[in-house]
Amino acid sequence: MQEEQVVEDAAAQPAAAPHSLLSRVQHVLHRYPTIGPAVVLLVSIAVFTALGNGRFQRPETLGIILQQTAVLATLAVGQTLVILTAGIDLAIGTGMLLTHIIVAKAAVDYGVHPILALLIGAVAGMLLGAFNGVLVAKFKLPPFIVTLGTFYIFGSLALLVSKAQTTSKEALGGPDSLLLWAGKGISIGSLRITTGVLVAFFLYVVFWYILSYTSWGRHVYATGDDPDAALLAGINVKRVLFSVYVVAGLIYAIGGWVQLGRSLSASVNAATDANLETITAVVIGGVSLFGGRGRIWGVLIGALIVTVFRIGLSLAGVSVYLQNFAIGALILTAVALDQWIRRVGK
Amino acid sequence: MSDLDQQPVLAAHGLVKRFGRVVALDGSDLELYKGEVLAIIGDNGAGKSTLIKCLSGALTPDEGTIEMGGQKVTFRNPQDAQAAGIETVYQTLAVAPALDIATNIFLGRERLRPGPLGTIFRMVDRPGMARDAQRALAELGIDTLQDITQAVETLSGGQRQAVAVARAAAFGSKVVIMDEPTAALGVRESGQVLQLIRDLRDRGLPVILISHNMPQVFEVADRIHIERLGRRTAIVTPQSHTMSEAVAIMTGAAVA
Repeated sequence: MQEEQVVEDAAAQPAAAPHSLLSRVQHVLHRYPTIGPAVVLLVSIAVFTALGNGRFQRPETLGIILQQTAVLATLAVGQTLVILTAGIDLAIGTGMLLTHIIVAKAAVDYGVHPILALLIGAVAGMLLGAFNGVLVAKFKLPPFIVTLGTFYIFGSLALLVSKAQTTSKEALGGPDSLLLWAGKGISIGSLRITTGVLVAFFLYVVFWYILSYTSWGRHVYATGDDPDAALLAGINVKRVLFSVYVVAGLIYAIGGWVQLGRSLSASVNAATDANLETITAVVIGGVSLFGGRGRIWGVLIGALIVTVFRIGLSLAGVSVYLQNFAIGALILTAVALDQWIRRVGK
Repeated sequence: MSDLDQQPVLAAHGLVKRFGRVVALDGSDLELYKGEVLAIIGDNGAGKSTLIKCLSGALTPDEGTIEMGGQKVTFRNPQDAQAAGIETVYQTLAVAPALDIATNIFLGRERLRPGPLGTIFRMVDRPGMARDAQRALAELGIDTLQDITQAVETLSGGQRQAVAVARAAAFGSKVVIMDEPTAALGVRESGQVLQLIRDLRDRGLPVILISHNMPQVFEVADRIHIERLGRRTAIVTPQSHTMSEAVAIMTGAAVA
């Protein structure tokens, strides 16, 4: 009797028994949010290969795409963590700039050993993140406003510390310096990448593990999904929020290191688009801006999509103005898709 | 059902809770005995929510004592109460909708893998927790949820409530408190939840049920605690009083 009732209930729910093709698609995407970005990436590669006059599918182009994605992909990991908690970090770009300038300053002006300089950068990044974290978690200020404020503050400090001067490759200790290690080339056949690409990829493996297999990862999802439910389940929501911003700060420093290797110099003019592009990568990657949903691999794909679009459109001879149009359209599509997917079961 | 000579599993004496000038609890008492369903009824503002929050650790009373098995206990937060074996199912379905059933049941209490995977890499025991979540649901006769890895938001209201109840049953070693568990549910789903409450009781777990729904209270409760003006005015049973008599006591139209 009881069982029959339950079965009937399940059948009565449209959510539990998808009928139309569309609702099946909705359920599959709900369950595997990475499918969307993966399809977009494959289709765009196919289209650009067709349009690229034979240049897009060259291994050199793939190498350039990967190298150009490394900094963005690294920083997007931090953005993912913050967005999973239904927050946003607008200070990622300037936070990264500030930490990489602190590292360069420490090594060049104060003669600190490269390893120590990188550690100083890591600690500095975590302090910047902790500052965001205190304001968001303890004082309950909206992350958008907090990080908009710190976006300006970190940028201003970066200018102050560097006096707007670029620290050159030679000053940083030449190509063999640990500071520029992420810029070392690796050749796999005719594919040429840098160690920075591997650093970024390694970060994804680490955070895939952390988000899927540790309590902290589960708590990050729960905090963003429903903070009240998380609190009642015994999760210290404030501490989770604070720790997410601290980890995002640590990733500023890792991104800064990858950036040093990418540009082989330290400059406040580097990676000016990093802020918004990390958000773009996260959103296109299928992570919900409302928190609690999305997979880290989707973000890696999202970051690749951003670069593939830029390079593919350039090779196809499309104007820079229209490149941004295409990326904007992609963001809006991704957000609309997310809204639709989240309505599953309603 | 209850034996009054027996020591209560959970007891409160003279609880007082003030919010500014408002006295929400004015010397409230409560006793819960092993193997019973104790319903708490009361008009809006009678103090039943405040009373429950004191017992579940969400509020700390200004005065009075709470005892478990005769020992005085102090709950500073819900975790303290949970550690003491009191689980609460909240009216608002305190589950995270995007997370799957097993994750929700173990949320905040994840178990680590044995060996170095757990101790060094902090890996949670996903297969083990999924297995135990499945068992917790099966024990309550709700194993029709085939897929323990489906997101809670794809479930019906009754099924979601079942997940919340399963969590409480899996971890509540002493007491399960249910705050309006059927308020958001349809008739048939409410019936399932009432059956879950009986099942918990039959497994020896005493249940405190807060409800506005008199027919449900009279259907499932062994004793009915009537809260009025911040204190207990009467304890009745479905045998000793009719529904309208209980409502009369609750509203002050009659004296117990």
